[in-house]
Amino acid sequence: MNIPKELKYTKDHEWVRVEGNTAVVGVTDFAQLQLGDVVFVELPPVGKTLKQGEPLSVIESVKAVSDVYAPVSGKVVKVNAALEEAPDLVNQSPYGEGWVAVIELADSGEVDALLDDAAYAGVAAEGGH
Amino acid sequence: MTARKTPLYETHVRAGGRIVEFGGWLLPVQYAGIKEEHQAVRTKAGLFDVSHMGEILVQGEDSLSFLQTLVTNDVAKLADNQVLYTPMCYPDGGTVDDLLVYRQGPNDYLLVVNAANTAKDWAWILEQAEGKNVSLENVSDDIAQLALQGPLAEKILSNLTEEPLAALKYYWFWPEVTVAGKRVLLSRTGYTGEDGFELYCDPGDATYLWEAIMAAGVPLGLMPAGLGCRDTLRFEACLPLYGHELSAAISPVEAGLGMFVKPDKGAFNGREALVAQKTAGPKRKLAGFAMVDRGVARADYPVWAEGRQIGHVTTGSYAPSLDKNLGLALVEAAFAVLGQAIEVEIRGKLVAAQIVAKPFYKREGK
Repeated sequence: MNIPKELKYTKDHEWVRVEGNTAVVGVTDFAQLQLGDVVFVELPPVGKTLKQGEPLSVIESVKAVSDVYAPVSGKVVKVNAALEEAPDLVNQSPYGEGWVAVIELADSGEVDALLDDAAYAGVAAEGGH
Repeated sequence: MTARKTPLYETHVRAGGRIVEFGGWLLPVQYAGIKEEHQAVRTKAGLFDVSHMGEILVQGEDSLSFLQTLVTNDVAKLADNQVLYTPMCYPDGGTVDDLLVYRQGPNDYLLVVNAANTAKDWAWILEQAEGKNVSLENVSDDIAQLALQGPLAEKILSNLTEEPLAALKYYWFWPEVTVAGKRVLLSRTGYTGEDGFELYCDPGDATYLWEAIMAAGVPLGLMPAGLGCRDTLRFEACLPLYGHELSAAISPVEAGLGMFVKPDKGAFNGREALVAQKTAGPKRKLAGFAMVDRGVARADYPVWAEGRQIGHVTTGSYAPSLDKNLGLALVEAAFAVLGQAIEVEIRGKLVAAQIVAKPFYKREGK
């Protein structure tokens, strides 16, 4: 299982990559393995403002429907429209082409409180939830 | 109740199967992945552990007359070594279960029932048999079952048996043949919409048979297959799943299985109710639909048309062989017409869909 060092994580298996005042958000390798073949991604409208922990997106595999929560508060400034045609990018490249959305950070302090790779590895080892 | 393990449980874990609970049993939902396994069954072959299925023996001189009152299809049509699919109904026409009847002899039948329903069916059958000259035995724990499904199933199995497999026709069985040196009951049946076989064996032989079939089949593309693709395969072929397309509240006539209800054979549980539905036409009908706008329908989602709810989704999924999001829904009969526009309520939003023909998938040839 791949858990890149440079990213931040939530216990709900989202990852965050900070780029300036924005955060690129996706789901982890562990999450996509648990989900299995992803067949549908419901993206939020650009411009939507979310609080940390609110539902951001819904990812559906053949058998499962899974919520993706906003790991940080802020405004959705970009979504990965490629997932509408190719939802399996989430399986193939969870940290790359399978990203879900970009959130403009409302409070950069939230990022510091997220899990680092070692802490997230512990969460994943326990089997998640 | 603790979930039970089939004799193949350790084999599944060793092979990397992801174990889930289904119908009171611990079984693999997938090995390599649902789409990959699905595709293997459609184009080559897949091997399933279906040892969770229940088996009930009905023997004795009243066997046939008892079964005729118990189930809706006509058991009298069976010859020895022939298999029949049939619903089993309550007097009000609701469905107790759907099952296979194997005629082993004039007074000797094997019923194969859904795992989650085995205890309920057994109690129901015992109650219905009161006063009849039949002997009943729940032999579910004495039988393990493997399903080898897919266009290459016959070729794979022919490496393991001397029997002329091409002579075994669809919905027939051989009561005692040797496969990989083990005695099995072999039937040409399945739940995937593909050609294939089901092997009923001693639980002690299940692992050996599994390994032997895998060894013979893997070079030809055989994959171990889990419950996940079993569901997508049966869904594309529009084979009903109890608890979804059939239930105590859904009759076989509503579910589009009227051809398995035979009023002419005489009295049986549910006859009056089912005849009334057949004559007047059922108020609700099971219809296939395709999503028009983006979204995946799931079981129990409300279905709308003309501004009101007209039914619910019984099964909905991405259909791997068709690369479409499809569904089955039980809707008011007036809306179960090809081309009808409907909407599926997905997380509070109405998403456009359209009634389409069933089955979604039909294999070429037979």
